[in-house]
Amino acid sequence: MNNFSYIQVNSAKEATGYRQATPQAAYIAGGTTLLDLMKGNLEEHPQLVDINLLPFKGIEQTSDGLRIGAMERMSDVGEHPLVLQQYPAVSESLLLAASPQLRNMASIGGNMMQRTRCGYFRDAAFPCNKRVPGSGCPAQEGNNHNLAILGTSEACIATSYPGDLAVALAALDAVMTLENAKGKQRRVPVTEFYVLPGKTPQRETVLEPGELIVAVTIPAAAHARRSTYLKVRERSSYAYALASAAVGLDVQNGTIRSARVALGGVGTKPWRSPEAEKVLTGAPATEATFRAPRPRPCVGPSHATTTASK
Amino acid sequence: MTDHSTPDPAALPNGPNHDGRRSFIKQATGFLGLALAPPLISQAERLTAISKKVEGVTEMRLKVNGAVRTIQAEPRVTLLDALRERLDLTGSKKGCDHGQCGACTVLVDGRRVNSCLTLAVMAQGKEITTVEGLANGEELHPLQQAFIDHDGFQCGYCTPGQIMSGVACLKEGHAKTDGDIREWMSGNLCRCGAYPNIVAAIRQVEKSGFKS
Repeated sequence: MNNFSYIQVNSAKEATGYRQATPQAAYIAGGTTLLDLMKGNLEEHPQLVDINLLPFKGIEQTSDGLRIGAMERMSDVGEHPLVLQQYPAVSESLLLAASPQLRNMASIGGNMMQRTRCGYFRDAAFPCNKRVPGSGCPAQEGNNHNLAILGTSEACIATSYPGDLAVALAALDAVMTLENAKGKQRRVPVTEFYVLPGKTPQRETVLEPGELIVAVTIPAAAHARRSTYLKVRERSSYAYALASAAVGLDVQNGTIRSARVALGGVGTKPWRSPEAEKVLTGAPATEATFRAPRPRPCVGPSHATTTASK
Repeated sequence: MTDHSTPDPAALPNGPNHDGRRSFIKQATGFLGLALAPPLISQAERLTAISKKVEGVTEMRLKVNGAVRTIQAEPRVTLLDALRERLDLTGSKKGCDHGQCGACTVLVDGRRVNSCLTLAVMAQGKEITTVEGLANGEELHPLQQAFIDHDGFQCGYCTPGQIMSGVACLKEGHAKTDGDIREWMSGNLCRCGAYPNIVAAIRQVEKSGFKS
């Protein structure tokens, strides 16, 4: 890990000011992702700006839905009564992720900023278009068993966000509040927060340099109250998803009135599936509906990837 | 083991949350609200000039197992390295050093965390509890005794982390069933495979009704 200077700030203005003065500086909250990356020399920052004292806290009902401050910790949000009762998919996505220790440390904002588990990205000895733009992508013909199927490009096939929370948030139409250096806030839906790799896989979100994640707001809805998060892994706990699904249904009198479906582990970003939602909406909430074969359950930009024979 | 601890209640007049550096920054920021003026780059420079930045080897004060300890360290030093290399508290183990194995688990303000992914500079002003702080003199913590009773280890390398994590697991109320224990202890790996005995040890303490 390179040496760095450390500064603890009390306001967003102070935080963004430091990032403007030192563009290569990074914000630190829980540090679980950042220090892991820095220890592997995958990221180097001359300065860490500690944002834990920023007032981006609280889990509260608002007229827009449940507002969760970016500094809240995964464990606190996952076990919060309002989240458990009103947004079970969000609670499950948090409590099925990482370990209790990491969940005690990791902030909600930091969770959204996780980086890919692609083995080539994680090993500085390999070229990687995310780390060094233009250097190449060994995953295209290498070990890609846990990488993305949907949304890939010639430059990158990584599951850019490997986590769980953003998948549940994408399904439930959550909106992020961001704040830039001028103190101006903007709202971005989680489905638009992450960008496809295209020719610039080093750019993973719409965050501008120095912009802060303030909060995430999840609208109240019947399909949010009846939601769940299914996670398939290589072991029963403490592993990233091979594939996951966040599903919310509003069922009345046996009929699905509205459906929300997002997939994790299979796309270069949390993958909302309007195709699956369309099939479900208006259909009877029966086993037959859920099990009916679909020729193309997900449609997304993809490209032919050579899978190396093992 | 030699105890280097010097209980120093006077050093923390306002309890564990008092931190001179932090309150200094708070005060400085109050003045800054008035002093800020465009352009922004010069604002940032002024901020740097007024707020205290930690750079290079600096004195840090850590409250470990009830005693305030002082170390000299760079901001990049993790809490785990500070404990092991500076304070001779080698109970917390370095396994993966990436938050994947749990051998470094300690309690910070009563919550279990991976000390390998915690910066010492950020742990100042907080209550840190390591495995060395569990026993009451010669009397073992009930979970330490339970690990002996149930043979909860072979090589013992993961054990301090398992015990610290187990203490928190019990306190959190996540040890009601064997399934709960396995799920909520999944952040602690044991390559010897002592898992059934670790579960039995935690179950014993849970059944005894011990409240940590």
